[in-house]
Amino acid sequence: MSVTRDDLIDFVYDEARMLDEGRYTEWLDLWLPDGHYWMPLDWQQEDPLLVTSLLYEDLFMLKLRVERLNGARTFSQKPKSRCHHVLNRPAVDVMDNDSGRHVVTTQMHYVETRLDEQQLLALTARHDLAEVDGRLRIANKRVDILNCDAAFGNIQLLP
Amino acid sequence: MGRYTDNPNAIAALVRGGEVHRDVYIDEELYRLEMRHLFANTWVFVGHDSQTPNKGDYYTTQIGDQPVIMVRHTDNEIKVLYNRCPHKGTKIAIDRTGNTGKFFRCPYHAWSFKTDGCLLAIPLKKGYQDTGFDDSNAKPGMRAVGAVKNYRGFVFARLAEDGISFEDFFNGSLTSFDNMVDRSPAGRLEVAGPPLRYMHQCNWKMLVENQTDTCHPMVAHESSAGTAVQIWKEMGYTEDDPKPPAMEIIAPFMSPYEFFEDMGIRTWPNGHGHTGVHHSIHSKYSEIPGYMEAMHAAYGPERTQGILAENRHNTVYFPNIMIKGPIQQLRNFIPLGPNRTLVESWIYRLVDAPDELLARTAMYNRMINAPTSIVGHDDLEMYERAQEGLHASGNDWVNVQRLYPGPEDFSAEQVENGTTERQMRNQFDAWVRFMTADMPGASAAMQEAAE
Repeated sequence: MSVTRDDLIDFVYDEARMLDEGRYTEWLDLWLPDGHYWMPLDWQQEDPLLVTSLLYEDLFMLKLRVERLNGARTFSQKPKSRCHHVLNRPAVDVMDNDSGRHVVTTQMHYVETRLDEQQLLALTARHDLAEVDGRLRIANKRVDILNCDAAFGNIQLLP
Repeated sequence: MGRYTDNPNAIAALVRGGEVHRDVYIDEELYRLEMRHLFANTWVFVGHDSQTPNKGDYYTTQIGDQPVIMVRHTDNEIKVLYNRCPHKGTKIAIDRTGNTGKFFRCPYHAWSFKTDGCLLAIPLKKGYQDTGFDDSNAKPGMRAVGAVKNYRGFVFARLAEDGISFEDFFNGSLTSFDNMVDRSPAGRLEVAGPPLRYMHQCNWKMLVENQTDTCHPMVAHESSAGTAVQIWKEMGYTEDDPKPPAMEIIAPFMSPYEFFEDMGIRTWPNGHGHTGVHHSIHSKYSEIPGYMEAMHAAYGPERTQGILAENRHNTVYFPNIMIKGPIQQLRNFIPLGPNRTLVESWIYRLVDAPDELLARTAMYNRMINAPTSIVGHDDLEMYERAQEGLHASGNDWVNVQRLYPGPEDFSAEQVENGTTERQMRNQFDAWVRFMTADMPGASAAMQEAAE
């Protein structure tokens, strides 16, 4: 199978919708086992390992994060947060059907709310996608927050 | 002026043996008095000297509510100046770090200052001839804080000109800094990147108290650490299987009460203290290849053993920082108001140690202390609930009575059961003394409180 630009673009829209609707089991299933979700702390940060990031999580940590959201004693989620992604049309930076590796960059606005608080973050998401067994999967995902160096309160769901 | 200003008796009465009055967390006037007295008369953390390695390098931050610039002067010493032009008050530097060369130049009217603050030049200076300018408050230039001490790379300042010396203030607690720095084969740390910046809508003291609160991890963090342990078991592993770094970091948060009781708490005079006297949640991290060899080469086996056998958990340096020696982390609880605190979490590289140590430290920082951390989320939730809950009338007091033996003496180092709230009481003992020491009538009030 070879993917089309629309396949790549639809993938990003569908993933955002899963997060907004809290369909986390489906969402985890999008990931390749050795993938990392990276959210840098610094503007144009290059190193995820030897300086601090906001997030740099493998599938074990992502699974933990998602399971915690539904725990009976997850106090910071009583009541639960809600989130909402608004996407610009994803830009296909690399589409390489020979290798099955693709790169898509998307500008987004992300809203997260709980009780009387609501915050808006401007994001740039870069998806490294891989085609495995005829299916697109997330090999890696990097989300840069426009004001990544600002002081935030809790960001509890997944931008 | 309200009921606490210049009223040491009223301030002393806020702290009883096992209770403190809720006003210490929510009262606007007390917050302003903390800025004027407590943060002026104690030694407050400013930054690490590796943030300003070259002459003219500067870093802007604050001491209490006072904006300051830490800068490396032409003589290579670190200076700490108030970040204010003596002319109109303009902040001289706004960016968090930079290099100013040999002098600061105010962007408003181009007054310039040497990096020790001395006035260097004013454009069209003849306009000040015969105006008595030499006697003005502007003439000395940018003012320096009262005193600065660079202790093994960590820069502290006292705003007040006179007061307690650095050594007398910190006394035995400096052993925690020593242990953290000694863990570098070169005996030196270097800052690793910018800090996490995490905004808390609560009083700064709640955060400081939580650093030695050993009865909350297994409760507040059950949702993260407990779930991690659960997933680990479901994957078919047992407690004794080698864990990936993330599990090594998070699983010990679920240790039982006995673990925390046995780990011990040590207090030092002036509000300093630490958890993890005998062991801690950092004791069982895996060895990193190459590190032991580097340590042996630097210190010899015996001294290496002595350094690495200490696994202190959290050391509180009163008033408002905490360090973790075994993972080279420093957290700065910067007060922004009675109900607002900025938490900066810094990490440091052990010079001449393998990178894997720093990778573990960076992982700890983001996993536990980031605004996106599943551990941090529940801590912040507790603080903010407390900040709101304390406005409830009907009970004016917060309880800090766990293992309270009756009237306590904080004037000597002491080791206790690791679940005692003695370190919180130690902080409040220091809080009252440094809040009131330079108020009129303070000594009489202190004597009365002691009786």
